[in-house]
Amino acid sequence: MEEQITTKEILSVSSAPHIRAKDTTQKIMFAVVISLMPALLGSVYFFGVRALWLTLISIITAVITEWTILKLRKVETTLSNGSAIVTGILLAFNLPGGVPWWMPVAGSFFAISIGKQAFGGLGFNPMNPALLGRAFLLASWPVHMTTDWTAPIYGTKSGISAITTATPLAVLKEAIDNLSVEDKAQQALQTIAELKGSYGNLFLGNVGGCIGETSVLLLLIGAIYLLYKGYINYRIPLSYIATVAIFTYIFGGPNGNFSGDPLFHILSGGLIVGAFFMATDMVTSPSTSKGQWIFGLGCGIFTVIIRRVGGYPEGVSYSILLMNLTTPLLDRYLKVKPFGS
Amino acid sequence: MFDILKRNFKGGVHPKENKKYTESKPIEEIPLPEEVIIPLQQHIGKPSKIIVNKGDKVNAGDPVSEAGGFVSVPCHASISGTVKAIQPHIHPLGGEVNSVIIESDGEDKYSEKIEFNPDYMNLPAEEMKNMIYEAGIAGMGGATFPTHVKLSPPPEKKIDTAILNGSECEPYLTSDHRLMLEKTEEIIEGFRIIMKILGVNRGIVGIENNKPDAIKKMEDVSSKFPEIGVVSLDVKYPQGAEKQLIYALTRRKVPPGKLPMEVGCLVQNVGTAKAVYDAVAFKRPLIDRVVTVAGDITHQKNLNVRIGTPLKNLTDYCGGFVNSPKKIIIGGPMMGIAQHSLNAPVIKGTSGIIILRSEQIGFGKTTPCLNCGKCVEICPMNLTPNIIASLVENGRIEDAGEYNALDCIECGCCSYICPARINLVQNIKFAKFKIMQEAKK
Repeated sequence: MEEQITTKEILSVSSAPHIRAKDTTQKIMFAVVISLMPALLGSVYFFGVRALWLTLISIITAVITEWTILKLRKVETTLSNGSAIVTGILLAFNLPGGVPWWMPVAGSFFAISIGKQAFGGLGFNPMNPALLGRAFLLASWPVHMTTDWTAPIYGTKSGISAITTATPLAVLKEAIDNLSVEDKAQQALQTIAELKGSYGNLFLGNVGGCIGETSVLLLLIGAIYLLYKGYINYRIPLSYIATVAIFTYIFGGPNGNFSGDPLFHILSGGLIVGAFFMATDMVTSPSTSKGQWIFGLGCGIFTVIIRRVGGYPEGVSYSILLMNLTTPLLDRYLKVKPFGS
Repeated sequence: MFDILKRNFKGGVHPKENKKYTESKPIEEIPLPEEVIIPLQQHIGKPSKIIVNKGDKVNAGDPVSEAGGFVSVPCHASISGTVKAIQPHIHPLGGEVNSVIIESDGEDKYSEKIEFNPDYMNLPAEEMKNMIYEAGIAGMGGATFPTHVKLSPPPEKKIDTAILNGSECEPYLTSDHRLMLEKTEEIIEGFRIIMKILGVNRGIVGIENNKPDAIKKMEDVSSKFPEIGVVSLDVKYPQGAEKQLIYALTRRKVPPGKLPMEVGCLVQNVGTAKAVYDAVAFKRPLIDRVVTVAGDITHQKNLNVRIGTPLKNLTDYCGGFVNSPKKIIIGGPMMGIAQHSLNAPVIKGTSGIIILRSEQIGFGKTTPCLNCGKCVEICPMNLTPNIIASLVENGRIEDAGEYNALDCIECGCCSYICPARINLVQNIKFAKFKIMQEAKK
């Protein structure tokens, strides 16, 4: 007689919870890529198809570098999490439109190899890799990084009619410096007045600058998408932008304290792309709400200091990099109190 | 920030509810099992002490064990028959526990002590409490803390608010929902008994607003009693966790490491209230309970089951599995316990059996922490699960304690939300266990 076969089920036994939310690292990274698309399209519109090529070169370099190093490290490839693509796009967004093709290659390679993989890959990097790549390029080829601006197709580099060689922040910085030079003061005051009229160009992105940073409108569309998905939260961008607004109003004006133009400072330079897409980088920003408020505040203060008295007209990338280094400290030492205490 | 305006608490998550499959299924009585397994420990505290011998005849409702201390409750035979064995048996909460195995005589005779006392509400509070103790009632929401102990706060702690927990925030489970619809009067009477024992004249029933029919029914029945109010709560997990529920209903915050009585509150589950009514009005011990059977099974149902019935009887009664099951959970999917055998019995805290398919049990590989802060944002206890878990992984248990690991309520929200699929709550539980172990030394 045949023995009766009983089906013996092998049951999975693990500790609760037995269900998980849908979001994964991969989903978050691809959402960030999607959120950067409006700004990328805008950069092609304003600066021509060259902006797209630079971005693609940067992405491809980032992906190849990541893949190669993962192979060399003999670790399981985590390429599919999409973070190399994000780094590639953000690095390109931080380049002037006229840089030679090898600059995104050098920058992306540095960002992934030294900025990220040298520390152990995604999750272990202390600083934002894309910004580190930019800092590397700025230190190594400062002329390219500060003069290779392309004028937007329907506008001027400065956003105003008079000056055509510099970006709005550089124009402002020079004008404020010139205020103390007797024969240039009159001209400088005029320039500053004219910059006040360029809000529209700044908002749309019709000015010179790094290819992905100019259009506040398109960046905000992407940012709203990420906020809606819950992949970034409002704390860092809000405290960062508010700090810049307050401090530029107090210290950034041509006529002494309390004469600055906060709106101009918010709309120009890399503040919007920095505040929404780079300061909010999960790995390198604090995880507690208190930490996030302080992180944004610190970024804002450094940005204003660099813009006002530093050697460069723009300080977003350095301020975020500096604050990145405070993240472990902010997370560990700003202890949150448990519910009820 | 705005939760002060809502019936809500800080943090929490919104897992897919999956309640629609069973919420409209009336409670069914499952056929008498041929044998029941009564574990001597079904509650938090000391195990109960055996008082029967092999071969003894018992009726349903007869005690088979007595409490092993103050924080302990007796257990009862849930069917009539013969004590077949007293031996260790698989327990749904893990491991093996000494259990009384009773073979049914098929007659389902009840203990003679069980009879209705129409004047039950006028019994003295102490006697009521004793009846609850003798009925072996332990919290039926899942925590299984002995109810008579909870109803005996030290005299210096003045309780002014009794809370009835009908939130049932775990996905899939609808046993409390059905009980509130079908045994409304009994639940409200049980709640009134609890209020009388505590001497409080303010009772709040909290129900998540995904159960509008239960809210209405409970409101209708309780409207006779001005001291009882029914409050509709936002749907959010873990709304039914004690501290979160108290905050949502009263805005009082239970301090870390303290019990609800610290803020004058006491929480009981609706199932417990029904058992309290049975105990005081009928002298009927806790020998059965409602269990939701849901997930990948032929017929998803709500069943009234004798304590000690093997899980297999329930799944068979529901028509068996659709596919070969990959995970079987006792309780809800957020806090429930995965079973390795269907021979484990239903116990006093078993609110449901959830069967998951193979595609529901894989979550992908654990990847490094992104420091995204989601776990911090949703932690209802305002902890930093990311930091605690990474300390635990590095063996720094003491430091994990510094980050208040002991305040974790083990709700599982952090592991649920983590995009890197890190086992956060599992690590925190480990830290708690280690810290407690160290403290005992």
